[in-house]
Amino acid sequence: MSDSRPAIPNLSSALRFERIAVDLGGRGILKDVSFEVGLGEVVGLLGCNGAGKTTLVRAATRSLRPDSGRVVVAGRSVQSLSRRELASRVATVPQDVHVPFPFRAGELVLMGRTPYQSAFGFESAADLELARQAMAEVGIANLADRRVDTLSGGERQLVLFARALTQRPDWLLLDEPTAFLDLAHRVDLLGVVRNFARLGGGALVVSHDLGLAARVCDRLVVLAEGEVIAQGEPGAVLQPEVLLRAFGVEADIFEGPDGRPVVLARIGKAKEGRP
Amino acid sequence: MRYLTPVRFASALTLLALGLLAAGVFGLGMGPSPIGPGEVWRAFFAPEALDPVADIVRGIRLPRILLAALVGASLACAGVIFQALLRNPLADPFILGVSGGAALGAIAMLSLGGALGLGYAAVPPAAFAGGLLSLLLLFFVAGRGSRVSPTSLLLTGVVFNAFASAAIVFLASMSDMLEGSRIFVWLIGNLSAARLDAAPWLALFLVVGLSCALLSARGLNALALGEETAEQLGVSTEVQRRVLLVAGSLMVGAAVSVSGLIGFVGLIIPHALRLVLGSDHRLLVPASALGGAAFLVVCDTLARTLLGGRELPVGAITALLGGPVFLFLLRRGQQHWSAPGGALG
Repeated sequence: MSDSRPAIPNLSSALRFERIAVDLGGRGILKDVSFEVGLGEVVGLLGCNGAGKTTLVRAATRSLRPDSGRVVVAGRSVQSLSRRELASRVATVPQDVHVPFPFRAGELVLMGRTPYQSAFGFESAADLELARQAMAEVGIANLADRRVDTLSGGERQLVLFARALTQRPDWLLLDEPTAFLDLAHRVDLLGVVRNFARLGGGALVVSHDLGLAARVCDRLVVLAEGEVIAQGEPGAVLQPEVLLRAFGVEADIFEGPDGRPVVLARIGKAKEGRP
Repeated sequence: MRYLTPVRFASALTLLALGLLAAGVFGLGMGPSPIGPGEVWRAFFAPEALDPVADIVRGIRLPRILLAALVGASLACAGVIFQALLRNPLADPFILGVSGGAALGAIAMLSLGGALGLGYAAVPPAAFAGGLLSLLLLFFVAGRGSRVSPTSLLLTGVVFNAFASAAIVFLASMSDMLEGSRIFVWLIGNLSAARLDAAPWLALFLVVGLSCALLSARGLNALALGEETAEQLGVSTEVQRRVLLVAGSLMVGAAVSVSGLIGFVGLIIPHALRLVLGSDHRLLVPASALGGAAFLVVCDTLARTLLGGRELPVGAITALLGGPVFLFLLRRGQQHWSAPGGALG
């Protein structure tokens, strides 16, 4: 999107998770997790509830410091970057945000420019243009003047997505971005993510929707028991034994019309010792 | 798309400044001998020799109005800061216990200071010291680690305030009638005993606090959405949170030490302005300072004059006048008001 961004995936400037271990309240959430998100690719992060997906996102935005290991952004550890530098490179779409005050959707989107602005000042014409573009791209231009507390969960998620785009990051981290969205908006949003990657950005998508993850992502990373148990192209990763280990669910895998895997879980065949 | 333009910013603040000016003229004119705006003008800009009107306006009423404006601005500004930091629309400047500490300091001086040979002039410094001590306690208990959680801040404040009021009851029940009535008036909040030499201090803390809040106004916008969101937007939350907490507390401590516990200003002025002007703190912070100043000048003028010769504590007026106005505004904005119950999360 920005001119400085390389159009070709360049793994030396990837967002890299290096041997991340996180212990929360005596429970080892993540033991030894390494993978990377290159520019130009969309990576899906899968795993059951509590597998540590959100924890990884928080480590990348420096909201949480791993007990060992580090997250590297374009060659530098996130701990060594200022929050402002980090926010200009990595933007997050959280699951949901409670907004206790009556901000307007447009104001929330404009806040994406915070890392580029001085302590006090007004938005420039360029800031406004970026925010308008992002809202148009996500399809919420009509919500700009609505108060955020009057929006539905799905609309709010789109506002947060537009804010992340307005941040003009190299990497987008999306934490279950489609949780509150209907099918049409899911498809639209993931289309925007694909477009973001086509223009040279990298995206990490946390999702429970295996079908959409398989269609949208170039690679998948599956977490279980605090470790990466599989990563690679969707066809290689989405195998019955992987799904059994990650979700404790038996599943049948078919090949879809686009050559990508389609997953059907078997009902009533839950495995004992499910994670 | 609606957003904060320089024109909106300037026009809103100009209107509020004019409101403050009008409140000042109203306050200068009202009193045992009413003085019209024309005479007020003359008293300032063309006083005659041995002009009694000029003496009343400039010597008696102006200092009081100045103090009311400074206290009102400090309380409202601290209110905005605390509401955003705690992500709670119900927060007021007194919620974190700084006021309780200041009140305890003041009451201790009122009831015990006589025995030590210290006069009423020692009350504001004692109150301010009490406020500072409670701020230290707040940091000691709730401020450990890199995060300062809104919930533990709130709990610490609520518990400390309860402790302080129990201690105040204890002190008050030991004191005699005269001291007791002074304590009562002080707790409701009033400006009748405030002295002009407190004004430079109030102004100093207001300027420092207001500057901190203005320079963090974008940060306040982000912090109002939560600490992690603010971090994701590049705000150095660790630093800004602490700076804002100290700035707000100093304003509260200074205001309370001069005027006692004047309630409501810090709660309703930010709310009322938020309903009218929106939630952007770049505008909301300076607007609250001006609005709080104007509101308290009007309330204090009414407190001086409503009962003729006798003064009411201004804290009673702010609640009597502010309560209905606020409920009216809330009713109007109610359709879309989010449930405050969820705001603690």
